[in-house]
Amino acid sequence: MYQEELVFGHPASMTDHYMHYCPGCHHGVAHRILAELLDEMGLADQAIAVSSIGCSVFLYDYYKVDCVEAPHGRAPAAATGVKRARPDNFVFTYQGDGDLASIGMAEIMHCANRGERVSTVFVNNTVYGMTGGQMAPTTMLGQKTTTCPGGRCQEREGSPIRMTELLSQLGGVAYAARVAVNNVKNVKKAKEAMRKAFQAQLEDRGFGFVEILAACPTNWKMTPIEANERIASELIPYFPLGVFKDVSQEEAC
Amino acid sequence: MPDSSPARIFIKGNEAIALGALNAGLKCYFGYPITPQNEIPEYLSKELVDRGGQFVQAESELAAASMLLGATAAGVRAMTSSSSPGISLKQEAISYMAGSELPAVIVNMARGGPGLGDIGPSQGDYFQAVKGGGHGDYKLLVLAPGTCQEAYDLTIKAFDLAFKYRNPVMILGDAILGQMKESVSPWEPAQPDPDEGASWRLTGAKGRKHRILRSLLLEEGVLAAHNRHLQQKYKEMAQEILIELFEVDDADLVVVGYGSIGRIAKSAVRKLRKEGLKVGLARPVTLFPFPAQALRDLAVQGKRFLTIEQNLGQMVEDVRLSIRGVADSDQFSVYPGDLPSPEEFEDPIRNSLGG
Repeated sequence: MYQEELVFGHPASMTDHYMHYCPGCHHGVAHRILAELLDEMGLADQAIAVSSIGCSVFLYDYYKVDCVEAPHGRAPAAATGVKRARPDNFVFTYQGDGDLASIGMAEIMHCANRGERVSTVFVNNTVYGMTGGQMAPTTMLGQKTTTCPGGRCQEREGSPIRMTELLSQLGGVAYAARVAVNNVKNVKKAKEAMRKAFQAQLEDRGFGFVEILAACPTNWKMTPIEANERIASELIPYFPLGVFKDVSQEEAC
Repeated sequence: MPDSSPARIFIKGNEAIALGALNAGLKCYFGYPITPQNEIPEYLSKELVDRGGQFVQAESELAAASMLLGATAAGVRAMTSSSSPGISLKQEAISYMAGSELPAVIVNMARGGPGLGDIGPSQGDYFQAVKGGGHGDYKLLVLAPGTCQEAYDLTIKAFDLAFKYRNPVMILGDAILGQMKESVSPWEPAQPDPDEGASWRLTGAKGRKHRILRSLLLEEGVLAAHNRHLQQKYKEMAQEILIELFEVDDADLVVVGYGSIGRIAKSAVRKLRKEGLKVGLARPVTLFPFPAQALRDLAVQGKRFLTIEQNLGQMVEDVRLSIRGVADSDQFSVYPGDLPSPEEFEDPIRNSLGG
């Protein structure tokens, strides 16, 4: 006889719903970090999530958290409405690169600039995942997608947009950081960055933003390990990791 | 000689809507500037904030409408206002709010179109307002005030209806109503129940199962069931029908017109009555649900119809559907952007009466 002992489970704020994400996709890691923080910071029962359009549209299936679905790109506007109506709740958006940096560029910039007391988790995997791998505003130069089959060309399609750098210039932003979840060390840093972005809201300092460089092995046509390696070798040199703005540190100086 | 009622005030239609919303318990307003509705955000940017509410000038109409989606998901009384081109942009979130069953109030002080059109009055957005407006099968409750007092009254009613049916409500006015000044008696409605929306609103999942407000329903059969539910709800809205009938009892011809044009048509009808012509007026106040039975009842009595509207023939289609198989309706168009006088309606009325 042997006994089974459960040594690892999901965080309390997550549901038992099966996950639809592909093998090697980093949404699962990002979801887990988010759930751990909701638990550790005691936010799950006061949180209101605003889901976006893309692979993370089913966010509401995975959390025991109130959630409203926003039109494509408009999650920061919907979150503005939620937070203005319920200032005592913790309000966050979770958006991909097509949603946030393309169709939702105006909404994220102005939500951040107003200093809305909301937090945004931005998952940048350089491609439209849900719709089958089209070019995103963050697609790397030379990267092949279903709508730039010859590789993204700066002359025709422009350069990948660095959202964290753009947002860190805006007055309403209290915290802006870029992280990756391609190894354990970076996962730990990602969690601490998200914690600080959430604290910026809880301590009424302003808008909090964390960009997560994420793998999409399916649409990158790579194995999960190759996709992880691509993040280190190609993405991080162009999208540098780090804290680009932290008002709490500026105040401390 | 001052009026005996101390409560009467002299305000624009736009201000009457803003004040009606405030007195109905408005908590959040989201807007973007566009003529001829700017008095609504301008008024609320001070008065709503003074009452502890939230006013946000959004970066676009797209954003304003999605802010409204967020605030109504949280279960508070919230509103946006705009004019025709801006309302087109808001259709995205309006469709989502209809699908997610959110109690939003949307004001359209319509202007001439298509495109940028002009800033004069128009009823060119009738189809957009009553047939849905955005993608998918949905309906808004549509209220069409004709006076500043009615604008005030119907704005208060709009919030009650929005929560009663968990459905977006549109107030459809025009540049005449918005910019016209009249005496209004701003009565105080009962304050909304603090438990309004308690069974569905998002407040955080403390002490209960978490809630999801969405319109994405992928599982087989679920979307069909949702649409059946919505259609049933739209049918039940028929009990909210409002219509003004004026001098129709012995009329041979009933003029059908709504909003500002309905009011101008009433002046024409009144004048022609004095000349002995047997004409009356039917002014739909709810455009959806449309007062089809009231018109049909008149048709059964043998009356003829003339629909007058400030567009190139939109409401006339609903009038014809209402009286189909019994009677038909002539149609007279006032071109969008023009300011019609009652005299302009006299010949069309005489022609239809004689025909």
